[in-house]
Amino acid sequence: MTARVGVVTFPGSLDDGDAARAVRIAGAEPVRLWHGDPELHGVDAVVLPGGFSYGDYLRCGAIARFAPVMETIVDAAQGGLPVLGICNGFQILCEAHLLPGALTRNQHLHFRNRDQVLRIESAGTAWTNAFQPGQEVLIPVKNGEGCYVADTATLDQLEAEGRVVARYVGGNPNGSQRDIAAITNAAGNVVGIMPHPEHAVEALTGPSLDGLGFFTSVLKHLVGAPA
Amino acid sequence: MPRVVVDVMLKPEILDPQGQAVANALPRLGVGDVASVRIGRRIEIEFTGEPDLDRAREIADKLLANPVIEDFTVRLVEADETADARS
Repeated sequence: MTARVGVVTFPGSLDDGDAARAVRIAGAEPVRLWHGDPELHGVDAVVLPGGFSYGDYLRCGAIARFAPVMETIVDAAQGGLPVLGICNGFQILCEAHLLPGALTRNQHLHFRNRDQVLRIESAGTAWTNAFQPGQEVLIPVKNGEGCYVADTATLDQLEAEGRVVARYVGGNPNGSQRDIAAITNAAGNVVGIMPHPEHAVEALTGPSLDGLGFFTSVLKHLVGAPA
Repeated sequence: MPRVVVDVMLKPEILDPQGQAVANALPRLGVGDVASVRIGRRIEIEFTGEPDLDRAREIADKLLANPVIEDFTVRLVEADETADARS
């Protein structure tokens, strides 16, 4: 049976179409979810896409966190549902306390848009098991508020528990502490990533096909293949 | 009717690039004696009935501030001082 992967659209989401397309190219069925509908329609995993939900008012992701669909997703994620938050989706996951820390204004204040090399640090998550630990991938980054911050104890804990999922290589685009580009929760089913794997799934539009691995990983995870 | 003012500031250990950018612009105004600038947010809340500081604190903690990176204070102000213009 084809896995069903939900992609949430908030008012202000931009990359929901690309995320749904990446899901389809990876071999799953994308299911569009609406922020105002608490029903997850039986999906096996969820992607929170990039964009500017609710206009980024107050703080990025702060209002999206209270959307009806998020209440359901928070409960389901705590029960093991794989959830990938990309860019604004990562910000929403932090605001919803599914991931520790916060994303703040890029240190240099410039919006950064470029192809970025990342090193996959943890291949043990639901969204990265198709990679090898230490593997380098090329994925677009585009954000204005992508600077990951957390207190030292939290950072140390993330490192000690292998929960830093990816780091920037060859230049940190936003000042993130310890070059962190992606992290996961303790169970490994929730991953937040600032760069955009959904933009690197086709030769025509992406700098590589490296992003596809995030979406094929969750399919492997859902059929219970060992990471 | 008095209202509740919530002031939200980045925690001291969190870098405030916006404040730094403003501080860096000050010499262009001929201001050379400012050591640092930090930028926060002020939110004014009007309740339908009596202002409720505990409720305001809850709103601030859950939504207005992100306690991971920000601190907040909550206080009551009288209607005629809301503009807070001390000019």
